[in-house]
Amino acid sequence: MNNAKNSPNDHSPTFKLGRRWHDMGGDTAGPITMEQLADTNHDFSLWEKRVDALMIIGSAKGFFTVDGLRRVLEDLGEDAFETMTYYERWIMAVNQNLIEGGAYTTADLAAKMSQVAARGDTYGDAAAPV
Amino acid sequence: MPHDHHEPEDIHNNLSPSGHPYRTDDDTPLSYWQVMEISVRELLAEKGITTAREITAQIDKMDARSPINGAQVVARAWCDPQFYAALMNDASTATRDMGFDIGALKLIAVENTDDVHNMIVCTLCSCYPRNLLGLPPDWYKSRAYRSRTVREPRSVLAEFGVTFPSSTQIRVHDSTADMRYIVIPKRPIGTENMLQNDLVGLVTRDSMIGTGLAITPSTIIEERQTP
Repeated sequence: MNNAKNSPNDHSPTFKLGRRWHDMGGDTAGPITMEQLADTNHDFSLWEKRVDALMIIGSAKGFFTVDGLRRVLEDLGEDAFETMTYYERWIMAVNQNLIEGGAYTTADLAAKMSQVAARGDTYGDAAAPV
Repeated sequence: MPHDHHEPEDIHNNLSPSGHPYRTDDDTPLSYWQVMEISVRELLAEKGITTAREITAQIDKMDARSPINGAQVVARAWCDPQFYAALMNDASTATRDMGFDIGALKLIAVENTDDVHNMIVCTLCSCYPRNLLGLPPDWYKSRAYRSRTVREPRSVLAEFGVTFPSSTQIRVHDSTADMRYIVIPKRPIGTENMLQNDLVGLVTRDSMIGTGLAITPSTIIEERQTP
């Protein structure tokens, strides 16, 4: 029977009708890697903690909701999930929501990013107070 | 052989003196996304929306959250019947009353018993009881864990070294942005006389996610093995 393949209970990767890429519950996937299991207690980098803080603060001040962040993360698509790190995706989503919420403009961001990038070749150089 | 060369041996194993793997250094070339983070942070300060001090305070607040918070909740639930009832009834209120910052989250405690083992996952993203456990481990956010936990929880558990007889029901709870779960692990056998403060140390992070069990103290194992 052909339509058995399309049964809503068939959670094979080929059955993604009506589901977006991030809705991955029930898909097949490989094992949890040893690297993920072993590196389980690592601390995050300062810049990553700052992204987390910006997410909480931006949300607390009413510029966006968790739903707004989720929309950007989900619109980034599956490719970004594989190629960008967790907090890379989050800073992109936070930034997009802050612009949409009127915190600053794309022109403000472009000008600031070129200034910051010109400060040096490492995070420490670029993040140092000017 | 005695461990007279303990440290060099561990360095060869890429383990720190405390037994953790060394983390790779952060001194990599400046990335586009780091530039964006610095820029967003400075713009928000320039526009008067936040301050460097407020950002640092938020980081400190998050750093202060660790699985010990959740372990205190579990140990109290094991020892205090009134608290246990309140926790199972409304975990947000019960943990808030203990002094934890739970925010607007709806928190639900799910309890392991002889017949039922609970696990939590967020299939859609990375929702996690961060207010009680801190930030989630990398594997919690992985495709493998998010996809397979609701499909084949027993094989996921086996990768964590946890197995149950087929008579044990495995219940998987899928978290959302507004609703988070915490697993109340089974109190280890033989800990009946232990004090609440000592029990806290038996409650691991993974036991509150459901990918692990509470620790049975080694003294109890020794007693059981010694006739």
